[in-house]
Amino acid sequence: MSNEFSVIGKPLPKVDGMGKCTGQTKFADDFNLPRMLHARLLRSVHAHARIRRIDTSRAERLPGVYAVLTGKDLPVKFGILPVSQDEETLAVDKVRFVGDPVAAVAAIDEETAERALEFIDIDYEPLPAIMSIKEALARDDVRIHDYGDGPNIHKMVSLEFGDVAEGFADAAHVREDMFFFEGSNHLPMEQHSAVASYEHDGKLTVWSSTQTPHYVHRALEQVLGHPASQIRVIATPVGGGFGGKTDPFSHEIAAARLSMITGRPVKITCTREEVFYIHRGRHPVLMWVKTGLARDGRITAMHFKTFLDGGAYGSYGVATTYYTGALQTTTYKIPRYKFEGLRVFTNKPPCGPKRGHGTPQPRYALECHLDKIAADLGIDPVELRRRNLVEPFSMTVNHLRITSCGLRECVDKVVDASGYHARRGRLPRGRGLGFAVSAYLCGAGLPIYWNDMPQSEVQIKVDRGGGVTVYSMAIDIGQGSDSVLVFTVAEVLGIEPADIKLVTADTDLTPIDLGSYSSRVTFMAGNAAIEAATKIRDMVFEATAEKLSIPAARLVARGRRVYDRENVARGLTWTDAIRAAEARVGTLAATGSYKAPKLSGPYKGSGVGPSPAYSYSASVVEVNCDPETGAVVVEKVWIAHDVGRAINPLLVEGQVEGSVYMALGEVLLEEQTFRRGVHKFPSMLEYKSPTTLETPEMHTFIVESIDPEGPFGAKEAGQGPLLPVIPAVANAVADALGVRIDEIPITPEKVLAALTDRRKGGPGRVGPRDVPTIQFKDPIRVAPPPGWERVPVP
Amino acid sequence: MPKTLVTLRINGEVHEVAVPVHKTLLEVLREELNLTGTKHGCELGECGTCTVLVDGEPWLSCLALPVEVEGREITTVEGMADGGQPHPLQSTFTALGAAQCGYCTPGILLTAKALLDATPTPTRDQIAQALSGNLCRCTGYVKIFEAVELAAERMQKSQDTGAGIAAGGEGT
Repeated sequence: MSNEFSVIGKPLPKVDGMGKCTGQTKFADDFNLPRMLHARLLRSVHAHARIRRIDTSRAERLPGVYAVLTGKDLPVKFGILPVSQDEETLAVDKVRFVGDPVAAVAAIDEETAERALEFIDIDYEPLPAIMSIKEALARDDVRIHDYGDGPNIHKMVSLEFGDVAEGFADAAHVREDMFFFEGSNHLPMEQHSAVASYEHDGKLTVWSSTQTPHYVHRALEQVLGHPASQIRVIATPVGGGFGGKTDPFSHEIAAARLSMITGRPVKITCTREEVFYIHRGRHPVLMWVKTGLARDGRITAMHFKTFLDGGAYGSYGVATTYYTGALQTTTYKIPRYKFEGLRVFTNKPPCGPKRGHGTPQPRYALECHLDKIAADLGIDPVELRRRNLVEPFSMTVNHLRITSCGLRECVDKVVDASGYHARRGRLPRGRGLGFAVSAYLCGAGLPIYWNDMPQSEVQIKVDRGGGVTVYSMAIDIGQGSDSVLVFTVAEVLGIEPADIKLVTADTDLTPIDLGSYSSRVTFMAGNAAIEAATKIRDMVFEATAEKLSIPAARLVARGRRVYDRENVARGLTWTDAIRAAEARVGTLAATGSYKAPKLSGPYKGSGVGPSPAYSYSASVVEVNCDPETGAVVVEKVWIAHDVGRAINPLLVEGQVEGSVYMALGEVLLEEQTFRRGVHKFPSMLEYKSPTTLETPEMHTFIVESIDPEGPFGAKEAGQGPLLPVIPAVANAVADALGVRIDEIPITPEKVLAALTDRRKGGPGRVGPRDVPTIQFKDPIRVAPPPGWERVPVP
Repeated sequence: MPKTLVTLRINGEVHEVAVPVHKTLLEVLREELNLTGTKHGCELGECGTCTVLVDGEPWLSCLALPVEVEGREITTVEGMADGGQPHPLQSTFTALGAAQCGYCTPGILLTAKALLDATPTPTRDQIAQALSGNLCRCTGYVKIFEAVELAAERMQKSQDTGAGIAAGGEGT
């Protein structure tokens, strides 16, 4: 192990680990405040209906009921993106999905609140419901919202980088394929929960299980019409997020208003069934991809079309739509690229960001498509990728800046360790190997609402006893952001993690961090923490230098000491050094902040995709399929992830293993599907996710490319490693049985259907046979950046 | 709502609680006794998050009624440590990163404790079988397996040397 650092790179325990193992960590629902009321939301039983009348008088008369709210009490709309302010806390005129909140009741206990919901009388006028992408595009007589890029089209995107027709004309081989990826829920173990407490001096405090306290703060101000300075949002430790707790939600706003009305604390904890309807999970996406290649396998052009089923509201959907087309170019050199995407509204729970946000679906399609091309060309699938891999420190055709890139090493690691070349295509029938690669963001380059302020800020204060307190709005959702803050500061100051206390995720006490989404926290909060800690260290070094009469440049902070690099015995203890600094400069405190460099390209829509760095992953999966039952068992997974630098290898492994697990659930088991607007399996009993018994042997390789802008060279680990696993499983099934399941999840029924198809002389494939023929608008034509002027000659 | 007086022995302490007869053990632990270390994940007995031990056996507290467990020894995550000394499983789960978000962790720790009490040196398959009713959405279970194995090893060693459970220690 490198001696360069004392904390970074060491497998130290997570700083919040013991609290979580003793039951001391307080999650939102663990809060019980004196005089607290309990609230429940009444949710629509119709997928699409006009509300003619709501009568709450019977519910209000029920003993133990303190307050009842309906849509007219909170009419201001909200939404996570400034361009999609289409949500109401409680539906005003119309409900748009089964589960849409309509009324809220606060009562003495949960049972009374629940009973009161039954006494709310609603007169609905049912409207025709739209339940699929095709229906949304065909039924312009039914409108779910009155805004968007067309009837029931929330967003339509059309971008062309270079002349794609020229790229296809130059191709020696062209192939088209279609894929479908069914949506899935995040299924966090903790249900969403919020507690609000309004004091009569006008101060409102909201504790919530949220990944984005800052955006909840903004939404509360907007909807309640209460000044942000009088609202304090505290994100409680999140019991699993995966993107499911990144929007501001009705239950948070309703709890706040109910507390303001009653003058008592109010708690709303959602049920497991409600979590499935709150959703914001993986978008179902229908995809079409066409790629041209030179004879040697180099890509000359690619055209990608995506159709997203967005559900009933906007959520992050505009960003998701762009993400289904943005990152294809970050793994392969694609000299000409066209992307057309659209997101429709349907009368289903709203989709949003789930781990990988809009990129696992196209990554699945792309990696399966490339395997099919490899077969067409008679080139080994790994070799085909190797001929097209992006280079470090290059620009993509859609103007994304790539810096460090350990993709080639990731490929080598998993291919060698799995014996891919020797074993693929040579295993007994039913067994197979599949391969895929991917890339992911380390934080979105731009904030969600336009502003030119930092994306992450950290404040540090030193106590005379030597303890250090770090203040940051970053929220630990299990990914380890608390630990990253502590480890980076401990490294810079040369002290132990135990010397550092944290105050996090509190809009009153901590400076901004935009939230735990887009894999941004390590990169952005980590850099802000290093800057703040470096300022403290500088103050301590100057004071120590004065005391010891040596130049500050000769000082080192390590092992709770500040000492002369040239005479290690000469130095001060950390405590003496900080006291000298406080005597010299006064309050020993400092701030640091991080703002991503300007990365967006010269076109509208270039705000989605740029990131200060990209992580890279490669995976090989070994499956064992039963041709009689169609069951697919994943037996082994090899995964390599370029994390830049592992600030803590244990935490990185944990993120990689967790990503592999979540991918396996999505590829084989999980689907969020509906029957007449009602979720088919809104419980953990019926919605199947992998248990210990489905856990394969996992071989994890950490690749370190030392990113020049990352904190100590680090990049992300929380989302990227999910991406290659899904297509690697699909490619392994193809190797095992010779059939193609071009539709996620890969269920036994689909495997059997594909085998039957082949027996009957078909291609042995299950998947979409067409995509909507809708005419996309004329693309925004963007000239490629320098270096991409020419397409490779066939 | 009719209430009944039940006497529960939890983590070695006796509690007399007046509870509505239909309240589950999970609700009574969390709401009446403020033992919020026990979590709820599914409300249906499927996810294992609410697991507690009753006479050393894993029970789903969301499906148990307090009257069923009167007079029996109930252990929650708050009762795992020996005074100021964490249980070896708590130490190894912390040291190896087996708790990410930590929400399923109490249920998994108690299930693992029951396993190790009955089977001090379990195989990986036995661990997977024992924990198959406890869902975790963060870890992919690998670190959990490793933490149970390390705790088993440490508990065996401390028994062999007679050093007591306290030898668990920190770090890897």
